[in-house]
Amino acid sequence: MNPGAPEIVIQPTRGWRFVAWRDLHAYRDLLWLLVWRDFATRYKQTILGPLWHVFQPLATALVFTVVFSIVTGLQTDELPPSLFYLCGLLAWNYFTQTFNSTSSTLVANAGLFGKVYFPRLIVPLASVASNVISFLIQLASFFAILAIYRASHPLVTAGPRWSAIILLPLVLVQLAAFSLGVGLWLAALTAKFRDFTVLAGFLIQLWLYVTPVILPLAKVPPRWHLYVALNPVTMPVECFRYLLLGTGWIHVPLIIASIVSTLIALVTGVLVFQRVEKTFVDVV
Amino acid sequence: MSQPIIEVRGLSKCYRLGAIGTTSLREEFHRAWDRFRGRAHPDSHDFWALRDVSFDINAGEVVGIIGRNGAGKSTLLKILSRITEPTSGSARLRGRVASLLEVGTGFHPELTGRENVFLNGAILGMTRAEVRAKFDEIVAFAEVDKFIDTPVKRYSSGMYVRLAFAVAAHLEPEILIVDEVLAVGDAQFQRKCLGKMESVAQRDGRSIIFVSHNIDAIFRLCSSCLWLDAGRVASLGRTAQVATAYLAAGAETQSLRPIADRSRDARLRLRAKFTAVQPPGMSGPASILPFGQPVRFVCVVAVAQPVRDLSLAVAVFSSGGVEIASARLAVAPQVDTPPGQYEIVVTLPEIRLNVQRFTCNVGLASDGGEEDFVDNAATFDVSSSTLSAEQHADTIPAPIVPRAEFTLRRLP
Repeated sequence: MNPGAPEIVIQPTRGWRFVAWRDLHAYRDLLWLLVWRDFATRYKQTILGPLWHVFQPLATALVFTVVFSIVTGLQTDELPPSLFYLCGLLAWNYFTQTFNSTSSTLVANAGLFGKVYFPRLIVPLASVASNVISFLIQLASFFAILAIYRASHPLVTAGPRWSAIILLPLVLVQLAAFSLGVGLWLAALTAKFRDFTVLAGFLIQLWLYVTPVILPLAKVPPRWHLYVALNPVTMPVECFRYLLLGTGWIHVPLIIASIVSTLIALVTGVLVFQRVEKTFVDVV
Repeated sequence: MSQPIIEVRGLSKCYRLGAIGTTSLREEFHRAWDRFRGRAHPDSHDFWALRDVSFDINAGEVVGIIGRNGAGKSTLLKILSRITEPTSGSARLRGRVASLLEVGTGFHPELTGRENVFLNGAILGMTRAEVRAKFDEIVAFAEVDKFIDTPVKRYSSGMYVRLAFAVAAHLEPEILIVDEVLAVGDAQFQRKCLGKMESVAQRDGRSIIFVSHNIDAIFRLCSSCLWLDAGRVASLGRTAQVATAYLAAGAETQSLRPIADRSRDARLRLRAKFTAVQPPGMSGPASILPFGQPVRFVCVVAVAQPVRDLSLAVAVFSSGGVEIASARLAVAPQVDTPPGQYEIVVTLPEIRLNVQRFTCNVGLASDGGEEDFVDNAATFDVSSSTLSAEQHADTIPAPIVPRAEFTLRRLP
């Protein structure tokens, strides 16, 4: 018997429990393998492969441009509409993709979780990480399109604020933390009540309209700003636009509010997820 | 080595029957409100899958867990593997645990054999470095070296199972938990897996907890045995005593398998219908037929309307799904069988089944056509306990071992 072997005590958990860091660390290889698996298998038997990451936001931006800018005539912060939408979608897509994959964690992996133990949190964390890869592909394509746009439209001056671009990863981290937090909430709720699967789909649809992806925040009357601030995705989207295109409506109290609600979502999400996870194979 | 490697104390697990997956939000709020006011929710649906189970396992011991279906074997393994939490009680595991409750958990069909070995290894708790060190051994054990870079969706089911078992067999945990995973795979591979587990236990001194309906495997592999009955420990001790007591207890109970509610083909007439079938053997919880004993089925048939020319068919299938014997019996030729319950006992004295697992189909027909047909009506195992040393039948893959005679003479 290995004297250094860890002793595992199995007993009912009372109350709430946060993250078992040591356990997570022991399974770090699994995290990277899951990220790699996601990426390696997602586009098997597809023709476009990872190009789908580029194609999907482009098509959405095109539709938005036609519907909201050309037909409806909405203002887009003095930016070319296509760049405006593309930039907003960059942040928005990361949020929805991470939210979707983390919220289905428990139900989608019920078979796996019912047969083998590993820290369940590994799976949503892997989703967060693997979506960063698709985000980077989209970011690269955004820069490429921006360069083409500026080359063909010499009057357009929109471009990244290079002095502050270093903040972009921080904004992404906030976005990741928030999507993980809400995703974990939904994962825990859907494990018990499948109603929330339906809810999640249409929640995301509505959420798009209260986030400044289509409308610039500057167009929202100031008396509504408090309500806008309640949506933690608002500020990341505006920050993206500010950092990548140089225009955006940045307001420090709103950023702080957004960070605080992100932290609340993340911590409660992890707690609820951990509470449901320990016996969810019995109810799934 | 004074401390046992596994210490289980008063382990209990309660499931809420009927409530599983069917609670509505309203019911849940009601329950929470009652709990909030300190009133325990009156719950007649509680089902205790395990009740106050305590035992110790020492390092290097191989313990078999036996018991009929629903006795709590799988629940116990799930708790020890940390897949679900107990309702009360505790278990202490002193060492790394790996559990193999299913072969190929987490295999991804699109990935190659090589990629799946790494992924599966990580899921089972190995680091990449550990898998890399064991990789050649795993591939050699699975005998898939030519196909290691082929996606596993192109594998035959045999190759798939071999590779999956190989990964798990090369984990190096102090405690290995194995559920009925050997039921898959052919007899030769089962033997190889059992051999591997034997060597893991004996040479490396690791502890194994092993659940199987295959009493032979339990006899061969396990030094001691835990018998669970209705969630409680019925007996714990040397395998020879516990398993024999278990088989004897089984022989006392009737084991008619009710099959009236099985789904059936819509074209069947069902005027005469099977309500239960008892497979051959020591009509016990696991249906063990001692090698060489006559194969005997008991069928209970309910006749709802008079049927003419009632006949019955029984077919025996090997574990590979091959029909190896089939008998058709004119039970009541040229007469009407009036409504009522009937017991039909069928004996097949002429076939001697080998030490394997078998399943059977049963069918009823009349002059009007097919009355009833039940696929996979019962499963039974043939045990080697009556096999004499010189017969060696268990080393032969054939499902039937005919009685054979020979003469020998020297030719001039």
